[in-house]
Amino acid sequence: MSDSVSRRDFIKAATVAVGGVISLVLGIPAVGYLIDPALRASGKGGWMPIGKLEDIPIGMPSPFSFTSVQVNGWERTSTTHSGFVLRKSEDPKDMLILNSRCTHLGCTVNWKADADAYLCPCHDAKFSKDGKVLDGPPPRPLDTYTDFRVSEDGILEILFKAG
Amino acid sequence: MWKKIYEWLDERFGLNDMYKNMLDRPEPRGTWWNTLGSASLFLFVMQGLTGIFLTVYYTPSPDHAYDSVQYIMNGVAFGWLIRGIHHWGASLMVLVVFIHMLRVFVTASFKYPRELTWLIGIGLFISTLGMGFTGYLLPWHQMAYWATTVGTQIAGSVPFLGEFILKVLRGGPDLSALTLQRFFAAHIWIFPGILAALIGAHLYLIIKHGESSYPGKDE
Repeated sequence: MSDSVSRRDFIKAATVAVGGVISLVLGIPAVGYLIDPALRASGKGGWMPIGKLEDIPIGMPSPFSFTSVQVNGWERTSTTHSGFVLRKSEDPKDMLILNSRCTHLGCTVNWKADADAYLCPCHDAKFSKDGKVLDGPPPRPLDTYTDFRVSEDGILEILFKAG
Repeated sequence: MWKKIYEWLDERFGLNDMYKNMLDRPEPRGTWWNTLGSASLFLFVMQGLTGIFLTVYYTPSPDHAYDSVQYIMNGVAFGWLIRGIHHWGASLMVLVVFIHMLRVFVTASFKYPRELTWLIGIGLFISTLGMGFTGYLLPWHQMAYWATTVGTQIAGSVPFLGEFILKVLRGGPDLSALTLQRFFAAHIWIFPGILAALIGAHLYLIIKHGESSYPGKDE
């Protein structure tokens, strides 16, 4: 029986081979199915239009807001973000865009022209026109949107990074 | 080395005895019709595995059930395959179990000493239908919703007890979140538990009594 395979051994080998192919064909989809959410790119963010450049006054903070959408499985969560644009001159590059989320605990700060400062309603934090901490508990200045551009039809857009 | 490990395990588990008694038992000369019980068992295991995988994403709530099934079909890698197998396997299982039952009936295999095997088989068939009925509602689309509305109404047409049965099935007078939740519980816990227990008894009896054989020419 050295040069010929017995029927029993052939059946055994064939069973192992077919079984191996079947478990591979089923195993790969099974693993792919389980780890799929981990392989998905998380929210990408993108360029968000926040207003016509010509409508934004020069020299004083002007509020804006936009909404981002995060998709998790079959659920879509919208979050509203807000901030202030401060145009310092006619130059469309010469501006400061602040996130109005207080760096202390995340309340929304408001611009108070008579105080010449952003005030946070929660713990009396006070930020200067360019976002520096003047008073109160915040650990750092207001966050800024550093990537912005003006589209061909004059719309100011900022780059929103998710997460 | 492997032989030593095997021998160590065999001494404690009795693997050889198990193999001899469960798999190496004498079989009468059968036909392909005699394989339908094994086919049913295979389908049960397959439905169990794909079902477990489906619960990873499926959500049994009226707000999410439909969307989660759509997500499995279109969003998750190979979700269409897992649900496809579960969906078609369900119909196939009802069919195979039923043909298995017909074969046992036609060959009179239910006679002494296998009456209990037959009775347990009836329980297995009814539980399989229960799996089909409760699973049908879970996608929570129009067809599922109305099929269950009608199905529970049929159960509700029983004299005297009908209304009570209908309320028990639906978890109230109407099809609601409660219906979906209890159908889900029945589908993944209650019926599979009953099926597993009955399959255990069914297999034990088959091993104990051996398979029935066709009478030979001189019998």
